[in-house]
Amino acid sequence: MVSVLATAQTFTLDGISARPVRVEVDVHRGLPAFSLVGLPDAAVREARERVRAALVNCDFEFPLRRIVANLAPASLRKAGPGLDLAIATALLTASGQLDFERLAKLALVGELALDGSVRPLPGVLAIAEAARERGLEGIVVPTENGPEAALVDGIEVICLESLGELSALASGELASQRPQPMSLRLNPKGDAPDLADLRGQRHLRYALEVTAAGGHSLLMVGPPGAGKSLAASRLPSILPSLAPEEGLEVARIASACGRLNAGQAGGRPFRAPHHTVSPAGLVGGGNPPNPGEATMAHRGVLFLDELCEFRRDTLEALRAPLETGWVSIARAGSWRYLPCRFMLVAAANPCPCGRGDADPECGCAPLAVQRYQARLSGALADRIDVLAAIRQPSAEEIGGPPGENSASVRERVVSARERQELRFGSGRCNAEMSPAEVRECALDEGAASLLAESYSHRRLSGRAHDRVLRLAQTIADLSGVEAIGQEQMAQALQLRRRDRE
Amino acid sequence: MSEPRACPDCLRRSRLLAHLAPYIEKVATGAPGSRSPELLRLSSEDLADAVAPKVAAQVLTQVLAVPESTLAADLLAAQCWACCRHDSRYPIGLRDAADAPWALIGRGDPALLERLEPQGAVTVVGARRASSYGREVARQLGRDLAAAGFLVVSGLAFGIDACTHRGALDAGLTVAVLGCGADVSYPAAHRSLWRRISERGLVLSELPPGTGAWRWTFPARNRIMAALAGMTIVVEAAQRSGSLITADLAADLGRDLGAVPGPVSSRASAGTNDLLAGGACLIRGAQDVLDAMLGPGVQTATPTGHDLEPGLRRVLAAVERGEETCDAVAAGLDLSGAEAAAALATLEALGYVSCSMVGVYSRTLLAAPGV
Repeated sequence: MVSVLATAQTFTLDGISARPVRVEVDVHRGLPAFSLVGLPDAAVREARERVRAALVNCDFEFPLRRIVANLAPASLRKAGPGLDLAIATALLTASGQLDFERLAKLALVGELALDGSVRPLPGVLAIAEAARERGLEGIVVPTENGPEAALVDGIEVICLESLGELSALASGELASQRPQPMSLRLNPKGDAPDLADLRGQRHLRYALEVTAAGGHSLLMVGPPGAGKSLAASRLPSILPSLAPEEGLEVARIASACGRLNAGQAGGRPFRAPHHTVSPAGLVGGGNPPNPGEATMAHRGVLFLDELCEFRRDTLEALRAPLETGWVSIARAGSWRYLPCRFMLVAAANPCPCGRGDADPECGCAPLAVQRYQARLSGALADRIDVLAAIRQPSAEEIGGPPGENSASVRERVVSARERQELRFGSGRCNAEMSPAEVRECALDEGAASLLAESYSHRRLSGRAHDRVLRLAQTIADLSGVEAIGQEQMAQALQLRRRDRE
Repeated sequence: MSEPRACPDCLRRSRLLAHLAPYIEKVATGAPGSRSPELLRLSSEDLADAVAPKVAAQVLTQVLAVPESTLAADLLAAQCWACCRHDSRYPIGLRDAADAPWALIGRGDPALLERLEPQGAVTVVGARRASSYGREVARQLGRDLAAAGFLVVSGLAFGIDACTHRGALDAGLTVAVLGCGADVSYPAAHRSLWRRISERGLVLSELPPGTGAWRWTFPARNRIMAALAGMTIVVEAAQRSGSLITADLAADLGRDLGAVPGPVSSRASAGTNDLLAGGACLIRGAQDVLDAMLGPGVQTATPTGHDLEPGLRRVLAAVERGEETCDAVAAGLDLSGAEAAAALATLEALGYVSCSMVGVYSRTLLAAPGV
């Protein structure tokens, strides 16, 4: 035997999607050596040491020959330790220790521990889907990832506890039972934060309800401690539950980010990146590109607290994704598209000290306040629909009865969303109305004249004009009327985000 | 009507000022208490000798050597025109002042020069760091005075000046007097306002096009503003404010002086309250200005707003009490968030309240009928 070749199929994670990788192992005569080629990253290169130790510790023999493992396609950068299992399996087959007939029809993913046990890895959901798409019969995954892989129908899922079980698997003796698929939580958990905690704050509650009902974006301005963060974190609880396919999208992203098993709250994601976040951290980036906060907030809420403290370039980076629902990242040789259809909620203080102009304690110079507030009309803020001015709740309000709970607010939101879906088709909401669709909004006479008057007198910009119409349509959907009335139009005018003079 | 004209000598004087600007800066701002307008009374030779003895002869020859064609071409290039003290259209108010500019360089409609006489013009000045109260008063005053047919003169600065111009543009005409060339927008942030004024009103300066702003040019500009108008109104000024210089200059010229009262506790209004204590005319609105300038009851100013139903009246009263946000109004009157929002938006559309970009409501000066 001069040289023996064996191959195994595996996947590497690239952003949130999986790319197929073929592991070819060649064992031939020569000085004992183990080399790994095909653009491996540091973690993959270290697979040599893990594979060697795992083989020996599972009573296999590590061949003292010249071993070359090639990861094809050679142009794709392979990341992460998930290739260990495939390399070990191909090596065992090439060295004649394993007779694995089905190997060509299976994908193998898993990280090896030195004792041979198989460790879980992120992104198994995407990998299982990719394996099914490539027509593979089954996928071998670490036991911990079994429930996640089982979410994908139409492919056999084999859980592997340790490398030692490979022989049994090859001979067909391993009793493999399809693991119970994990339950995708489409609704928030029972103990998720509830809107009832928000006491007083009538206007903010109203603004939240309209925001949720139309899928709009919200800016809250008020002193620190008035309940902005509390309100934002309650927003997912009044949003409609996820559709099953949306739940799968959310799970796929969470899985790729390694957060699927980490006791996630379930339902729509809520992400609140700190204001020091970098553009790459917010929209995704790096090489290979990793998803950012915007993608992790897909189908959920992205909360930017202290909007004025964010770096300008960070916020600029969020502009296009906010409009298109996609982040596109260009890297040498390829484009990646990451989904990021989220609701934007931002919070800011009214002035640098946070107390607000009217508070006698506020010592901010008018120019400093002006400069601070100028940041509220930047390119990103221009895409925000609703403004809620918040004040410190009074003692009676804080000590008063709890507010309406999330479930009943959500009922109204859901029925408003149903009206929108009837109008635009499934999954769409008022915030996404195109300019042509905005023109088709039905207005009664009073509403039309109020809007026209505001447009000419108060100098609404063209963009603000459309924004008000979208909001008015949402308010009309909430109150269940067919045409936008004067009252709904007035409310929309009040809720709209203000431009700088 | 023909274009206003300026003789080359007067234009050369404004050139001289631009040339000497850095030297005047040193003299005028180095000595405490000295004010540039006094320097500007001097003849060209004396002025040059006084501020820059070493280069005086050189600068004077240089300015004298500028050919007439260059002077005209520079004005044309900056889309400006000039009007000197020898022209019949030179504003009458400036003829009273000993230190009046020799030539005014302007941008905008020259026909307005004819109307720029003291009995038809009001100067409104005030702090750059103005409170929201001062801004609102300035805007309303500008709007109502312009609506009453006055030319509203101000200085395009931040704060009160800008609000006055904006208010006046809403209803009529306004004149901006600058401390830099008439083709320069200073401060740069007011470029769009400057453009609107130069399209629909008048921008004036005594400095040639392209001259930048110096510290001494602002008091110098103030003397023009004070002389142009029959009345100078200070809207908001602290105790040591540049606006008070304008007030002094107006009083020196024998013009009427008005001041808008402010809270006695507010440092931002200390200067205006002092003026009132010293006998300045009390200005609560455009009506007071009309009474002072035209005689009591000759013309009525402030239009009143739409009639209000009781519900809106309650909300308006709440804003007047100081409920600033929609939430506070809702909680104070026990309305739902939606009801309060609708009421406030209606009041805003009718012009009774205005809303800042952080969602804080304030009462405008528009009077409700029957209250």
